[in-house]
Amino acid sequence: MAKTAEEIADVIFNMVKEATGLKKLKATDLTKAVIELHPDVDKQLCKDAIKILMNSGRCVYTYFGGSYIELPHRESAAND
Amino acid sequence: MADNTVKTPMLDELEKGKWPSFVKEIKMAAKKSPMAQDLLGQLEQSYNEKIGHWKHGGIVGVMGYGGGVIGRYSDLPDKFPNVSHFHTIRINHPSGWFYTSKALRTLCDIWERHGSGLTNMHGSTGDIIFLGTSTPHLEPIFSELTKEGFDLGGSGSDVRTPSCCVGPARCEWACYDTLALTYDLTMSFQDELHRPAFPYKYKFKMSGCPNDCVASIARSDMSIIGTWRDSIQVNKDAVLEYASKGMNIQKDIVENCPAKCMEWDGKELHIENSYCRRCMHCINIMPKALRPGKDRGATVLIGAKAPIIEGALLSSVLFPFIKIEPPYKQIKDVVAKIWDVWSEEGKNRERIGEFIQRVGLGNFLEAIEVEPVAEMVAHPRENPYVFYEEYFEEDEGEEEEK
Repeated sequence: MAKTAEEIADVIFNMVKEATGLKKLKATDLTKAVIELHPDVDKQLCKDAIKILMNSGRCVYTYFGGSYIELPHRESAAND
Repeated sequence: MADNTVKTPMLDELEKGKWPSFVKEIKMAAKKSPMAQDLLGQLEQSYNEKIGHWKHGGIVGVMGYGGGVIGRYSDLPDKFPNVSHFHTIRINHPSGWFYTSKALRTLCDIWERHGSGLTNMHGSTGDIIFLGTSTPHLEPIFSELTKEGFDLGGSGSDVRTPSCCVGPARCEWACYDTLALTYDLTMSFQDELHRPAFPYKYKFKMSGCPNDCVASIARSDMSIIGTWRDSIQVNKDAVLEYASKGMNIQKDIVENCPAKCMEWDGKELHIENSYCRRCMHCINIMPKALRPGKDRGATVLIGAKAPIIEGALLSSVLFPFIKIEPPYKQIKDVVAKIWDVWSEEGKNRERIGEFIQRVGLGNFLEAIEVEPVAEMVAHPRENPYVFYEEYFEEDEGEEEEK
């Protein structure tokens, strides 16, 4: 059965969660990984899923040379 | 807060001279902005110590967006608490940077309520730049800006805010409507602008004619530069008028033509248009006598960048001539294919120009399904990309026959 954007959002969220502290993942890394896992899913669905994660605040974009997708956290550079 | 009367002898040096001074502007702002006062204090310390005191914040932004806010923190927050957070905000500028005075007042009012009051009109990206605010103010600023019809610009690995020259609004040389194309691309690529999903940044810059006032050929991943494919329009009487008023047409125009495509016999200017390189020199010198042709469109070039990871690149021709008319399907279709290939195969922080150099233009063209043509030049009359594939195939066939 075809996956919904919400289901793919959960898949991506878990990927980001598992990579936390180990590797920073870009949107393209996540899209490729999802398509490898679920070949019937297309890039647009992954894009929609990432949008769901961002708009809900479950994930955030970060910038360290390039843009990455991470779980919300307090960065070490931040001042109180 | 740093003492407002603190001496800044190093910074004061930058107020000298007849040119504008950012120090003078910060000092003016410091009369009513504590952030600007502390900024002066921290800058003076940096100039004395020859050390920057900013830390990069990589996580600040507004909900849902991945661009538009560049995080900055002071590493001297106890000494300069008002610049402890000093984030920059990029705001998508209107095409051609046209504002009403009401819009400018609105922007300044929002910024004085929520930030340092210091702006950069405009940043090198083209955006309106708000310099210095704290994390709790980001969402309120965004909310007020959107209420007034403004939106954040691009930053990070996304489409950067497209920018253009003033185009047909103020310039008679514009070969297409740069403002309309810029607006259309901005609206069409909202997702790509606000949600970074590329290996690195991707910039569009639109210039209405080959004078390239926004320097798109050097500063953008995709440069769309107005041009014409018929003949330069010549007003013979006006040419004679220039000559009669003392212009040395032979020396100033004919001998400066990079293509040597002109002849002047003292009475008439002859142009061999098939040799013209569209450099605009003659048109710029004799604007009343010469004009771009009537069959106008644009040359689309790809791959320029400033040196960051690797050295600087100028863009190379991708499409020698296309008509630029709504709904701009040809440009959007090829952009979608370019992004597809680049996102799939590009390395982290690899610009499209670097990607093309790595994989080769031939392979790149094949991947985006564009036929190579002789006019895909890096410079006029220089084509570094030679496609001998078919000849090799023929040669191999002949050898086999032998």
